[in-house]
Amino acid sequence: MLSIKNLHASIEDKPILRGLDLEVKPGEVHAIMGPNGSGKSTLSYVLAGKDDYEVTEGSATLDGQDLFALAADERAAAGLFLAFQYPLEIPGVATMTFLKAAVNAQRRARGEGDLPTPQFMKLVREKADGLGISTDMLKRGLNVGFSGGEKKRNEILQMALLEPKLCVLDETDSGLDIDALKVVSEGVNALRAQNRAFVVITHYQRLLDHITPDVVHVMAKGRIVRTGGPELAHELEARGYADYVGEAAA
Amino acid sequence: MNAEVRSIRTAAETALSEIFASAFAGLPGDSAVAERRRTAFDAFKAAGLPSRRVEDWKYTDLRALMRDAKPIAGAPDGVMIAAARGALAPYAAIDATRVTFVNGRFVEELSDLATAEGVSVTLLKDALVNGAGVEALSDGVSPAGNVAVALNAAFVADGVVVSVAPGVTASRPIHVANVQAGSEHAAYGRVVARVGEGGNVLLIESHIGDAGAHQTNSVIMLDVADGARAELVKIQDESLDTLHLATLAVRLGAKAELKTFALAAGARAARQQIYVSFTGDGSTAEIRGAGFAGASRHLDTTLVVDHDAVGCSSREHFKTALDGEARSVFQGKIVVKPGAQKTDGKMMAQALLLSEGAEADAKPELEIFADDVVCGHGATVGALDDELLFYLKSRGIPQKEAEALMVQAFVGEVIETIEHEGLREVVTDRALAWLTART
Ligand SMILES: Nc1ncnc2c1ncn2[C@@H]1O[C@H](COP(=O)(O)OP(=O)(O)OP(=O)(O)O)[C@@H](O)[C@H]1O
Ligand SMILES: [Mg+2]
Repeated sequence: MLSIKNLHASIEDKPILRGLDLEVKPGEVHAIMGPNGSGKSTLSYVLAGKDDYEVTEGSATLDGQDLFALAADERAAAGLFLAFQYPLEIPGVATMTFLKAAVNAQRRARGEGDLPTPQFMKLVREKADGLGISTDMLKRGLNVGFSGGEKKRNEILQMALLEPKLCVLDETDSGLDIDALKVVSEGVNALRAQNRAFVVITHYQRLLDHITPDVVHVMAKGRIVRTGGPELAHELEARGYADYVGEAAA
Repeated sequence: MNAEVRSIRTAAETALSEIFASAFAGLPGDSAVAERRRTAFDAFKAAGLPSRRVEDWKYTDLRALMRDAKPIAGAPDGVMIAAARGALAPYAAIDATRVTFVNGRFVEELSDLATAEGVSVTLLKDALVNGAGVEALSDGVSPAGNVAVALNAAFVADGVVVSVAPGVTASRPIHVANVQAGSEHAAYGRVVARVGEGGNVLLIESHIGDAGAHQTNSVIMLDVADGARAELVKIQDESLDTLHLATLAVRLGAKAELKTFALAAGARAARQQIYVSFTGDGSTAEIRGAGFAGASRHLDTTLVVDHDAVGCSSREHFKTALDGEARSVFQGKIVVKPGAQKTDGKMMAQALLLSEGAEADAKPELEIFADDVVCGHGATVGALDDELLFYLKSRGIPQKEAEALMVQAFVGEVIETIEHEGLREVVTDRALAWLTART
């Protein structure tokens, strides 16, 4: 489904990703762990199409489609979703308005008509209820006045509505209390499907207790330096990244 | 005033003199009105069309923007009236006393003059001949010698006189609709409104244009007596070839309340002048506006709020979104006269540039002659935030649509202050139409 080969990317001429390879098959959940600054968020932004980054080498395809040939909105329409590490606030754009614009934009990109408003409202209510997102929050400006945990839940709501093929979750667990972690994990698990894959970026085993990964990767200095099964996450939890970061190890 | 002595007249100035000379005898009014018109036109002639060397017109060079003078429009024909009817469709759902002018001429079949008890709406052309004319042509608030105001006093043939009796809350809004239809002409309009003590009214003034290259000039004189309240919503949606000059002159008594919103959606070049004078203690004014412009359009908002009373507060907030090579000008001044203690004034002008070629000039000023006041002003000019745009695009929303959502949010802040729901919708729809046309 997602195939990344020898990916190099830099920001302001500073190389961040340095030859990254990653293969994700449909239905799989891959966890990416790694020290701060190793390039995990950069990878997620490069995949999603943020302009600030320059891809200098390598390729990334989603179901064979060259992601780098598409604009950010086209990548989303092609089935890519990024749950942001730091979701942004947009005052004046009501959350509901935003959700509707996103859902309908993707429908249009697929050549489908807009979802009739009543149907859309019903759908949002259904998914929002499960994630503990109130009607009041949906009326507010996008993420405005949302707590850290509420913002993360809102990301999962968007994911649930957009039904992407590939979901990249960047530290969706950070800032969540124990109950919210459960709500969010259930939200993610509910979306697990044969034809959908997940790349879950996290620092903590506790998220992986809820969302069991098929594959765990360690990323350091812009590359995947080790790949293993779920047990690798436990090992990292116990030993840290010392083995992977050389002299810079704490 | 900056009295420039010039012997060479521009083509537009010469044409205006000729038009005035030939139209003068036919303009309505008694001898006092005729005298008033002459004085006004002489004042214009002495000053001429202001160029950018005149401080007040520094950013809006009227001499350059007005290359010729259009003839005064004749009476509209059936086709024009039918077109005007169509142009008024967005307002159909708004129940109002409606006075419609097509090309500056009152059109009864597009009007509904019924008013509630205590509210009177009559035509200016009648006031001009019944002794009330000179007063109706002299606002006493706008700066002496202002060319737009002088030209209006010289040429205006009709308009509306509104009077709300003391203690009366007008149950219907009063809508003055100005529609331009035809190829090119000049049209003048004036609204003279007085809200008696404790009265309350909502005034709507709209300007709608077809494709013609017109020159429009409108003046609103609004007198809000002690304890009275007036809300005014102006919607400027002239043709994109029109030169639009407009003046709002408001005198506020004590404990009076003014709330006004101006939308600038049309015109090749538009200048909206707003002069508000606090003459009684404890009054408030909320003065807001939004504008959109693309291509090489020019939008000017010139504002003077004169605090000449104790304990008055004013809020000024203007937002403009600019695309293409468009340019906006905001000149706003809050004046606090000696003795106008406890004045509370805050002014903000914000421009959003959607293209490399757009430009916004803001000149906010405070002139304070009292010591116990709280006043502030600010101006921002900026582009849309790329991080926010990326967030929207990452959800599949295309660039232009993402921009539209953010521009809507930007102007929404001021549009949402319009209290009348139907009117708020008209303004919102107009904003959406502009944004959709961009995509
Ligand atoms: N705009 C930028 N300009 C310069 N350097 C940047 C910029 N954005 C990121 N970087 C650098 O890129 C490197 C990788 O950052 P990135 O955010 O991808 O790390 P991360 O693995 O997600 O870290 P964390 O675990 O802390 O979230 C860091 O050294 C960071 O300082
Ligand atoms: Mg990160």
